[in-house]
Amino acid sequence: MQNQVISKKDLAGFVDELIKSKAAGEVIGIKTQGNKFNFGSLKSAAELRLDYDISLLPPKKYFFPQTETVLKYEAGANPRVEPVVEEKSMCIIGVHPFDIRGILLFDAVYGGNNPDPNYFLKRNNTVIIGVDCLKPNPKAFAASMGTAATDEGFDLMLTDIGDSYFVTVGTTKGENLLKKHAKAKDAKGGDLEKRDKARNDALKNYKVSLKMKPEEIPALLDANWESKVFHDKSETCFSCGSCVMVCPTCVCFDVQDDMALSLKGGERYRRWDGCMLTEFAKVASGENFREHKEQRFRHRMYRKGKYLVERYKYLGCVGCGRCATHCLAEIASPAETFNLIKEAK
Amino acid sequence: MVMQLTPKQSIHLPRIATVARVDTLSNREKVFEFRFDDGKELGQKPGQFVELSIFGVGEAPISVTSSPTQKGYFELAVRATGGVTNKLHTLEKGAKVGIRGPFGNGFPIETLKGKDILFVAGGIGLFPLRSLINYVLDNRKDFGEVTTLFGCRSPLERLFIGQLEEWNTCKDMSFLETVDTCQDDSWKGNVGVITTLFPKVHFNPVKTYAIVVGPPIMYRFVIAECIKKGLADDHIIMSLERRMKCGVGKCGHCQINGLYVCQEGPVFTYAQVKSLKEAV
Repeated sequence: MQNQVISKKDLAGFVDELIKSKAAGEVIGIKTQGNKFNFGSLKSAAELRLDYDISLLPPKKYFFPQTETVLKYEAGANPRVEPVVEEKSMCIIGVHPFDIRGILLFDAVYGGNNPDPNYFLKRNNTVIIGVDCLKPNPKAFAASMGTAATDEGFDLMLTDIGDSYFVTVGTTKGENLLKKHAKAKDAKGGDLEKRDKARNDALKNYKVSLKMKPEEIPALLDANWESKVFHDKSETCFSCGSCVMVCPTCVCFDVQDDMALSLKGGERYRRWDGCMLTEFAKVASGENFREHKEQRFRHRMYRKGKYLVERYKYLGCVGCGRCATHCLAEIASPAETFNLIKEAK
Repeated sequence: MVMQLTPKQSIHLPRIATVARVDTLSNREKVFEFRFDDGKELGQKPGQFVELSIFGVGEAPISVTSSPTQKGYFELAVRATGGVTNKLHTLEKGAKVGIRGPFGNGFPIETLKGKDILFVAGGIGLFPLRSLINYVLDNRKDFGEVTTLFGCRSPLERLFIGQLEEWNTCKDMSFLETVDTCQDDSWKGNVGVITTLFPKVHFNPVKTYAIVVGPPIMYRFVIAECIKKGLADDHIIMSLERRMKCGVGKCGHCQINGLYVCQEGPVFTYAQVKSLKEAV
């Protein structure tokens, strides 16, 4: 597939055309939200901010909503129960490569032996138009995680090369949308070099880095279960769960019932949950298998650095920097913990 | 990546089952017999669990206590301890619930065939173990010597008393029982924790598997006794309790290190558990 170049003005035209024609369903993009950035429904290309660092929440919320009804039932003597699965077409514009890596991990977790229709009936109908992150967040470390760029998981990938965007075409679906709705031109000599230069320059803008190869993390953790770092770092943890809520690779959920006021029926819903919350591993008898915050802190770090990659081949941390940005106690960055363990050796 | 799925394949969708019988086991435990409204079997392996739904209250993971050799129904023995289980205890014959599953790996029947078996059940650890004990008794010729040890806190907490009497007199299995303490003379049997029964049992460790289910504290002491008797780590089999919310390896609640108890468990060998942290 031939890569393309599109002027910034024509990209805006493309986005407006997607909004108007609904050719790829609801158009979602990065917008400002107070003094932060977040994904939201776009009314016009003018709202789109492709020069952002990180969104408050990762795009996982579109396939795996914060709260999602999964069943409707009538209770009582003759209960009836029906699955609730929302199907949705979307085009998400402005997903960073590290967040795309997060989505690829989600695909693996929600697929597998027990694929989840609630996830895939949204995910399968989503077009992803990524954008390379050229102004990384000060807490981000994607460059050293190898997640600052991606070759997979997008339909189109945009890279700001000055007056225009270089468009790396990932799928036929992306190519067709572009052909039909955009004034893009075939990339010519020099354009690809501009893209690669922009990407390489961006790597130098990362302020935090992992001081080892990411593939070394599992062995590092294997050898350091007893590390004092887990205790020291977790001492000031509020167990608030902010780090897991904003994480693009945190996949866990809770399931609850909500009875209607009539008491005739209700809904079962699932909502984001996380292993840093106090009661996550508690059973009905009262036993809590990760009662202490040090245990929960360590579990999260092992999930990020070892468990997920061993199970699904994608690392459980993509270096986006959201957890470190939102952690009140300033202890959440996996890179910081992994580096401390390595230095302590 | 396109996975063609329909809403009917929802991982959350239970099948409706009806309570066919309720028996009180103690002041905290009851056993419920269920039949699926569509007439189908649960099709469980001994040691697997289901997710039990009471609509409007929620869902809870419960081990199946009946053996798959009992056809047409399945039994869940339940202690009233949380929201779902307390509500379940109020249900009577004819009430309807939702069931998902069976989930989990179950006990390794093929490994156990032809071998001697030592069952060790502590308290309501008897519930999951009973599915295997009855399976073994119903397929008696497939297994070698069978011994069952059962311990609970006091005579009042003995469970499935009728069944215990049967096991005590049956020729197919040796059965020993104990209670931790007894304040009066109502109990003529052994008194003392379950490990006090170990000096009374003799087995060939090479061809014996111990299947141990009980509270976390019991595992520590019983495993030590098993090892003292010469059992290898992979001849000690246990079933672990966790908060399995989804049953299908997604929600994360049941994780022990990198393992999902609802997928790779709940049955593990001690050899596996030993290499895990925070398992017991």
